[in-house]
Amino acid sequence: MGMTMTQKILAKHAGLESVTAGQLIEADLDLVLGNDVTSPVAIKELSKFKKKEVFDKDKIALVMDHFTPNKDIKSAEHCKCVRQYAGENSITNFFDVGAMGIEHALLPEKGLIVAGETCIGADSHTCTYGALGAFSTGVGSTDMAAGMVTGKAWFKVPSAIKFNIVGEKAPYISGKDVILHIIGMIGVDGALYRSMEFVGEGIKNLTMDDRFTIANMAIEAGAKNGIFPVDELTEEYMKEHSTKAYTKYEADADAEYDEEYTIDLSQLKPTVSFPHLPENTKTIDEVGDIKIDQVVIGSCTNGRISDMRIAAEIMKGRHAADGVRVIVIPGTQNVYLQMLEEGLTKIFIEAGAVVSTPTCGPCLGGHMGVMAAGERTVSTTNRNFVGRMGHVDSEVYLASPAVAAASAITGKISSPADIK
Amino acid sequence: MKAKGTVHKYGDNVDTDVIIPARYLNSSDPIELAKNCMEDIDPEFVKRVKDGDIMVANKNFGCGSSREHAPIAIKASGISCVIAETFARIFYRNAINIGLPIIECPEAAREIEAGDEVEIDFDSGKITDVTKGTSYQGQAFPPFMQEIIKSEGLINYINSKN
Repeated sequence: MGMTMTQKILAKHAGLESVTAGQLIEADLDLVLGNDVTSPVAIKELSKFKKKEVFDKDKIALVMDHFTPNKDIKSAEHCKCVRQYAGENSITNFFDVGAMGIEHALLPEKGLIVAGETCIGADSHTCTYGALGAFSTGVGSTDMAAGMVTGKAWFKVPSAIKFNIVGEKAPYISGKDVILHIIGMIGVDGALYRSMEFVGEGIKNLTMDDRFTIANMAIEAGAKNGIFPVDELTEEYMKEHSTKAYTKYEADADAEYDEEYTIDLSQLKPTVSFPHLPENTKTIDEVGDIKIDQVVIGSCTNGRISDMRIAAEIMKGRHAADGVRVIVIPGTQNVYLQMLEEGLTKIFIEAGAVVSTPTCGPCLGGHMGVMAAGERTVSTTNRNFVGRMGHVDSEVYLASPAVAAASAITGKISSPADIK
Repeated sequence: MKAKGTVHKYGDNVDTDVIIPARYLNSSDPIELAKNCMEDIDPEFVKRVKDGDIMVANKNFGCGSSREHAPIAIKASGISCVIAETFARIFYRNAINIGLPIIECPEAAREIEAGDEVEIDFDSGKITDVTKGTSYQGQAFPPFMQEIIKSEGLINYINSKN
């Protein structure tokens, strides 16, 4: 029986000829990741280990991105703990304030992960790197600690759902609309324990940033990972950002899939997830009159340069509606610099927005845009759970950067096509 | 191994943000985390919960963020086992890794109600609703998982093996 892309990568890293869905394997890891929230818990666990040395100081990434620059004393203590650990153990890829970006925007940009590799990260959105044709998945702090010491993790080999992407993107359609549409279709547990494999002739019409956004939100459908095949665009990206050797895997022609769906990019409409689950989607023509208090453009889902460009294009020469707070957060220092060079920062500030240093900040209700009771945010982030961005009686509407920017101008959830 | 206690019941898609909101993630101390467990979905939970109590929920329990603080908070609050129709996969791994027993049993998860007295035998996987007089067959815990739970987590278990 044939294997899926994910199964081939896992088989290779487990030293096996082939694997089948449901099989328990132990796989070698090419990268182990943690952030300022999850790493302190892992470091505490590591102290209990008899063997304390890490398996490879170059294959661990520690990124201080969630509550940084530190929002309070307790989070400063957490970063101090990780900083100290990274120093004592000579961890090569420790990213502190000034160097850090939002982990899943940062690691591909730094070339730390490439096609054919395996990665676990103590952050659920670690699945982002599937955009590069890698197997990457989120775990908890204990798995992270075990991975840091052993360089291995156990997995149950997942079965897969195939998404056949066809057509060209309709106007203002981005990766965010694709993945919100899919989650609306299959639900927040529609891919539970499984891989989401995105294939088809339409893939070539998705930019790398689109693919990062799509793979990033595979977890919001419950998936173990999301993955794309490697094409010219992927190779171009990896050559620009990394010196690592990569391996291309394609699913076998006779690979088995639990389910198959076709997504026609030309038929999609800008899509919004209503509170309080990412599966509660409506297309922009169905949203009705939803007034908003805040707009957040950024995150590991949508904090890349193309996200900033489309938002700036819509906001250029316009101003945020009265009473709407607009927060723009570049994903990395590089994105921040590019925004400056391209004049995007000026456009945002002139439009009445604030532009922040990279941070996960408001996405998880940490800092830099926490909501009070009764408030509403249109956000390019990934979760709209109860209390996710603040008070339990606040609401998050998930959307693309284009919809978020248009909504900032009008003060209600709006289509970018209606901004005249 | 057995557990017995009063049931705290929840619905579908209980996410880790409501189990332990991010505003409390500036701590990693189990006792501190337990003080705010379930706050955004059930503010009375911490006042009501007693040592040994059991949590029962429907589909996709523990979805969302990978924060291990979520099963840590539940365990430290005194909960002895979580029964659900299905668990989100990261939560599933985390719960086992920190030594919080969890069982997937759709029928039990749907029928057991809040306030019921429930008994669980981890060796056989048998779940008994003492209040209703019903019983269900969940998956038995394989010996290595019982060992992880007895060792209070994966790391201690790995250490004990070496």
